[in-house]
Amino acid sequence: MIRRLIALLVSLYLGYILYSFVYVHFPFGERPLRGVAAHYVENGIKEEGATNIVTSIVTLYRGFDTLGEVTVLFLAATGLGLILAGMKREEEEKPEPTLIMETVTKHLFPLVLLFGSYIFIHGHLTPGGGFPAGVVIATGYFMMFIAQRSFTPSEYLLSATESFAGTLYVIVGLLGLALAFSFLDNVMPLGIPNRVFSAGIIPVIYIIIGFKVGSEMTGILLHLKEA
Amino acid sequence: MNSLILFMALGLSVVLIVGTIIIYLSKDLLVAILGSAVISLIASIFFLILQAPDVAITEAAIGAGLTTGILLYAMKKTGRYEDD
Repeated sequence: MIRRLIALLVSLYLGYILYSFVYVHFPFGERPLRGVAAHYVENGIKEEGATNIVTSIVTLYRGFDTLGEVTVLFLAATGLGLILAGMKREEEEKPEPTLIMETVTKHLFPLVLLFGSYIFIHGHLTPGGGFPAGVVIATGYFMMFIAQRSFTPSEYLLSATESFAGTLYVIVGLLGLALAFSFLDNVMPLGIPNRVFSAGIIPVIYIIIGFKVGSEMTGILLHLKEA
Repeated sequence: MNSLILFMALGLSVVLIVGTIIIYLSKDLLVAILGSAVISLIASIFFLILQAPDVAITEAAIGAGLTTGILLYAMKKTGRYEDD
């Protein structure tokens, strides 16, 4: 009883702190931007050519952080594979998926892959980017895993895609270091904003991240399925 | 803010709170997993209302899609009902 009371008091206090932080900002987006945020909004399109400013912050201004994030994801996937590799695979009776599930997923799967590819190819123009796109693709694979018993992608191909994309990301970064004296710098021409072929290396990086995250997450789901 | 959007947001926050309570009280983990997927979906609508479409897409894809899948596999390996 006393523990529940303490928990209630702590959560009320945390709620009060959250409320007071949010209340300061209440008419959202009304306060003028200052410092580095103002610089991103005013000069983002001019400097990096991406109409989605979030994208240029994620891949270029703060590109090194994104490389770290990708590394963390890679380590998490590797660790999970290492743990699950030691588990025995038990043969159990599997219920047959219904005809409706099987047919719908078979026709939906290419559309999900297309949508994921759309998100990462247009990352510099519309909301989205490599990470959600990779997860959308992995969700498509998950749909196939649960609805079709015989569907198993090649594990070798998945890890090869992942390693190749990771290496390519670092190579793109080093290209910036070699040509513009700064890691992950925008070394390609910016082009006209709002076109698909614009914003320099942002689409390149997002395509790489999309492939990497997609194969990584699919690998995690495959490991979990087979464990 | 548009009053229609505000009205919608109020309704959604009621669903959000009720859903959280249901998840907390439920002993069936399948209900809890599906409930958390619904809550992620509602949270992504809130991000859209707050004009953060990037975060909304990520929340919908990861919270409602991938996490549900991973938790479902974990539930299959462990057990569906929580012990008292």
